[in-house]
Amino acid sequence: MSRPGTRLDSKKVNSELFTLTYGALVSQLMKDYENVDDVNKQLERMGYNIGIRLIEDFLAKTGSGRCYDFRDTAEKIQAGFRLYLGITPTLANWSASGDEFSLQFEANPLTEFVELPDHCLNLKYCNILTGVLRGALEMVQMDVSSTFVQDHLKGDSCTELRVKFIKRLEDAIPAGED
Amino acid sequence: MFGEKISVYNPASPPTMIISQVRPKTSILDKSLSKKRGEVSLSCYTLLFSELVQYCQNKVHTVPELQNKLCDLGQEVGIKLIDLYFVRERNCKRETKLLHMLLFIKTTLWKGLFGKEADKLEHANDDERIYYIIEKEPLVNKYISVPKDKGSLNCAMFIAGIVEGILNAAGFMAKVTAHWHKGTTYMVQFEESVIVKDKQLDEK
Repeated sequence: MSRPGTRLDSKKVNSELFTLTYGALVSQLMKDYENVDDVNKQLERMGYNIGIRLIEDFLAKTGSGRCYDFRDTAEKIQAGFRLYLGITPTLANWSASGDEFSLQFEANPLTEFVELPDHCLNLKYCNILTGVLRGALEMVQMDVSSTFVQDHLKGDSCTELRVKFIKRLEDAIPAGED
Repeated sequence: MFGEKISVYNPASPPTMIISQVRPKTSILDKSLSKKRGEVSLSCYTLLFSELVQYCQNKVHTVPELQNKLCDLGQEVGIKLIDLYFVRERNCKRETKLLHMLLFIKTTLWKGLFGKEADKLEHANDDERIYYIIEKEPLVNKYISVPKDKGSLNCAMFIAGIVEGILNAAGFMAKVTAHWHKGTTYMVQFEESVIVKDKQLDEK
């Protein structure tokens, strides 16, 4: 059922508002938690909550069907970044078995205006993205894990997110409240 | 060569100040501030905002506390926005007149952040310290349905916080709150001193 008058994918938000809102959230977490690892975990959890809802939006907007292999999935993840954040990460460094790849980001609206102070060097500033991927893919019966292996904010030349396929989820149980 | 000099660590005379051990090739200050017309999807922003609200909600017990928390977070955003906008749009000059400042918020800032001007700016009849910025449907409230037991909660307090952060950073001390009235009304209540100062500027 399509509602009349709602144009898909026409609704955009200024990325600076997004950047600064995310920044305010991360800095609040840094104030609330003593341990940087807990902040990383909390960001991942929030991402997960976003992911499990965002996937529906993605499927509705793109009308994309099943993925036949993990490369297919990778391309859809890439398309998702383009759709939602307006960036196109590069797909690279496929493992020989085809179950692991990297997303490389040049620019990223999350990290615009960001500089990490020394006591935050363990902070995975964009860790929310790992949660989004986990949540979204879990809803389409895929268990993946991802970690940042390079971070532009820590002086690396680009930000690299390594995504690994773990297993297909059978008989998926509906997600509970996290 | 210059970079080398800085990074060499001499134990005999340790550097007095290290801002950051991380030295990216281009510092954040080297980047251009010019607008890149960057946009992200509304779904993405509203889901992020929803996480932010839920996180705040888990930290507090009452609606006013939650609103204060949202307001605080908004202020963080506002303080950063004011620098960005005045450097980029106003040639580093800040507004000194109260009304100009409010109009700047209603037009330039609102257009930048939300793609359109705020619907209305009004001055209270009975109190010269109070102004209202009215917006029918704030972006952040678009997909929020307020639970019945929390009827007074207006998550646009986050936007109110942004406005408050901006006004305070510009030297117009004020308290801004969001209310359910004609959509959402942001009530801007200035401190007495701000009004006095503005009148003195008028006399000159």
